[in-house]
Amino acid sequence: MKVLVAVKRVIDYNVKIRVKADNTGVETANVKMSMNPFDEIAVEEALRMKEKGLATEVIAFSAGPVQCQETIRTALAMGADRGVLVQTDAELQPLAVAKLLKAVVDKEQPGLVIVGKQAIDDDSNQTGQMLAALLGWSQGTFANKLNFADGWAEVKREVDGGLENIKIKLPAVITTDLRLCEPRYASLPNIMKAKKKPIEVLAPDALGVDVAPRIKTLKVEEPPKRKAGIKVKTVAELVDKLRNEAGVI
Amino acid sequence: MAILVVAAHDGKTVRANVANAVAAASQMGSDVHVLVAGSNAGDAAKSAAAIQGVAKVLQAEDAAYGNWLAEDIAPLVVKLAPNYSHIVMAADSVGKNIAPRVAALLDVAQVSEAIQVVSPDTFVRPIYAGNAMATVQSSDKIKVVTIRPTNFKAVVGSGSAAIEQIGGTGGSGLSSFVGAELSKSERPELTSAKIVISGGRGLASGENFKMLEKLADVMGAGLGASRAAVDAGYVPNDYQVGQTGKVVAPDLYIAIGISGAIQHLAGMKDSKTIVAINKDEEAPIFQVADYGIVGDLFQIVPELTAAVEKK
Ligand SMILES: Cc1cc2nc3c(=O)[nH]c(=O)nc-3n(C[C@H](O)[C@H](O)[C@H](O)COP(=O)(O)OP(=O)(O)OC[C@H]3O[C@@H](n4cnc5c(N)ncnc54)[C@H](O)[C@@H]3O)c2cc1C
Repeated sequence: MKVLVAVKRVIDYNVKIRVKADNTGVETANVKMSMNPFDEIAVEEALRMKEKGLATEVIAFSAGPVQCQETIRTALAMGADRGVLVQTDAELQPLAVAKLLKAVVDKEQPGLVIVGKQAIDDDSNQTGQMLAALLGWSQGTFANKLNFADGWAEVKREVDGGLENIKIKLPAVITTDLRLCEPRYASLPNIMKAKKKPIEVLAPDALGVDVAPRIKTLKVEEPPKRKAGIKVKTVAELVDKLRNEAGVI
Repeated sequence: MAILVVAAHDGKTVRANVANAVAAASQMGSDVHVLVAGSNAGDAAKSAAAIQGVAKVLQAEDAAYGNWLAEDIAPLVVKLAPNYSHIVMAADSVGKNIAPRVAALLDVAQVSEAIQVVSPDTFVRPIYAGNAMATVQSSDKIKVVTIRPTNFKAVVGSGSAAIEQIGGTGGSGLSSFVGAELSKSERPELTSAKIVISGGRGLASGENFKMLEKLADVMGAGLGASRAAVDAGYVPNDYQVGQTGKVVAPDLYIAIGISGAIQHLAGMKDSKTIVAINKDEEAPIFQVADYGIVGDLFQIVPELTAAVEKK
């Protein structure tokens, strides 16, 4: 089966973000951008499926401005076979991305879609579940481990109390959690090879998808700052402060 | 129009965070209903009816609802949705799994992890690991919202709402529950504990977490961890505090051998008092700590345990 993975271009997780002075959003100019870390895990899992003979082809999907080609190239350098970019400068919210993904799924007919459980910019944790809903497919969210047998996937999921095992019918949508696998680094030869792999560019209109945002961002502000406190020298001093100053023990 | 809170439960009682979700829902409108779906969910429905501010409990019995599979629960919520202005769930692993599926089936957007209700259509939610706060307005007719429980004080007092039995929607056949491997612990649950003690990579092994267990026991605390400690296998995944783990806001949070990466801070910086124990005086955790102590945790933790034990 074909496996489709979604990769989002986000501000690198190491960057300390800055809120714009006019409170319209977060500064993205001249900021290092990378693939969303959960999506790297998605790409890695799909590649391992291909290496085990479970997947025939790994297709990397992204949606957004032309620079998302770089994010797709990263996936191709890791080992994905080809890319699909739905190119638009419009603001894309999870429901719109899920609809774009559905349109590409309808075209490509993959047997599995793997996406990150959340993007580290908007922290929404929605796209995979929404895609599964739109397709009428099963969903294996927050996946910690995957196994496949007879048209079903066994998914070990990271849940509040620990882990949970479910069986879901294929085709399915998987969302990755941190412990699913450790993404590989692309080797230099593979980075060179990736330059020749095809990326198909599509437009939302051509896919018949209305991407208009349903949620309006009225303002974006800095969170209240916590003041740094004091350093204490001894455990006795700490216990005294906790008891008599903070009153928490 | 009324608000529907979808409650997760263990068969006996609804989760504690349902009282937080009801508190949030009460700020969106006045008529709050709670949906309790399950197989043999009678006791859980009663516990929901006893929450102050709940006008009505809908109990949906169906063999398919026993294990909270999104494929089976979402159609039920979608069927009820036209009667409601808002569908509200706590942003825990159940709400995060089900709410977006409901939203997409209704063709509406979702507001994830609201921390404040500004007005019935406007919410504040953290983005970028809580390094920015977005005020967002939803234009959808039905608003699907998950709320961060630690930001809404649970309603107190008791109620006696009527329980209405409603029919189930059957199973989808798309998924089935196999089993759970839950971490066993006698300690308070992380997200509702008054004191949380978390360990990081500095602990250096799972064995060394026993030291934190002892401290947690003398303090009546819940135990948490950084991602690094979970990834290294020192403790199970459900211990992880942070942007992509659990969000906690106890009266006292003690970070031990944790450097204070933004992803970790995202899950604990709303704690009332923060203590950091770290041998590196430059560690970023000290920038958010009310009380810091620079030194070797292997020396400090046993000392602290003894000092607290002594009273
Ligand atoms: C997509 C993504 C999501 C993430 N989500 C989360 C999340 O939800 N939660 C989370 O915690 N992290 C998360 N992280 C990881 C985060 O970036 C950090 O890597 C992680 O928090 C570091 O854990 P740590 O502080 O335990 O380890 P380190 O950063 O290695 O810090 C260890 C600390 O221990 C101290 N130390 C060592 N030995 C001793 C000793 N003997 N005595 C005293 N102090 C000692 C050191 O000085 C150091 O400060 C995420 C990262 C990514 C990319």
